[in-house]
Amino acid sequence: MKMSAKRVFCIAVCLVASASSPAIAESLKSVDEFDNVKDEKARSVAMFEEVGKVLQHPRCLNCHPVGNQPLQGEDMVLHNPPVQRGPGNFGVAGMECNTCHQAMNVKVTGQSEDVKSIPGHPKWHLAPPEMAWVGKSLGEICLQLKDKERNGNKTMPEMIHHMAEDTLVGWGWEPGDGREPAPGTQAAFGKLFKAWVDTGAHCPKV
Amino acid sequence: MLSFTLNGEKTTFDGDPDTPLLWVIRDANHLTGTKYGCGIAQCGACTVHVNGMSKRACVTPISTCEGSQITTIESVDGREAKAVQAAWKSLDVPQCGYCQSGQIMSAVALLKQKPSPSDEDIDNAMDGNICRCATYQRIRKAIHDAAKEMEASA
Repeated sequence: MKMSAKRVFCIAVCLVASASSPAIAESLKSVDEFDNVKDEKARSVAMFEEVGKVLQHPRCLNCHPVGNQPLQGEDMVLHNPPVQRGPGNFGVAGMECNTCHQAMNVKVTGQSEDVKSIPGHPKWHLAPPEMAWVGKSLGEICLQLKDKERNGNKTMPEMIHHMAEDTLVGWGWEPGDGREPAPGTQAAFGKLFKAWVDTGAHCPKV
Repeated sequence: MLSFTLNGEKTTFDGDPDTPLLWVIRDANHLTGTKYGCGIAQCGACTVHVNGMSKRACVTPISTCEGSQITTIESVDGREAKAVQAAWKSLDVPQCGYCQSGQIMSAVALLKQKPSPSDEDIDNAMDGNICRCATYQRIRKAIHDAAKEMEASA
């Protein structure tokens, strides 16, 4: 089995590492703040770079991993317990995501100061393998988002809706005690994403 | 007032709805087979079944259990449970025993979904159940033995 003395040691270490103190969320620039970029392509790229502050935040990347194990914490360590993706991205038989994760964030009590809550959402699961973002440049992620084979077969209007309205995406801004939220708000993020699409959806260099 | 079924009996709870299911089981209903290990779903000692699926009771608010069927180690039953209990006894799996009710609940939940699990299936399903006595090899063998027994008696 994978379990070992190392695992037991890792529980203490990983828990400490996985829940750093919450910080004030970095803000996102509004669409208006890009008006001074006159060239539309350059403006589109600049807005995507702002969007990237969210996409490459640990709240998003941790569940867009390369491979079959989620990450956790601000430092994006391997999830502990070492759970597996499973055939439908909801975990494996007997150890599903919702074995531990509830439909909402759950505060925990009687723990060390840096362990505040267990994250949760009704649809808590991993992004599918083709949506892996960890380790990729923002330019690569940008191309991925526009590729229907790697974005869940979504049109760009559907992508705008997903980013602006999906409640699992929205969890990134309401991640529960002990976790830093993604920058800005989902509404601001959605507007930026839409403005990026409306300006041609140009990508940063890969 | 929350109501649910605990080990086949209609049960209610009128305390704080944020109370973890584990404490409703242990303190309010005096069923102490389900153990507290870590309190943050890292060890698996508190594993029970909610509507037949594995659940870590320490991080499950009782408010989420309204109308649910909750099963603990005290009453887990059925062909998978019987096969697991027999295999556990036969191989003398437990050492100190503290984690074993959680191990058994996870093993039963696995076998309900995968009656003939591979080593990988077992490792993946059981990797959230930690054993400080490191009885992992016996646990894995017992799950295989239980699967064989289920197949033989089918």
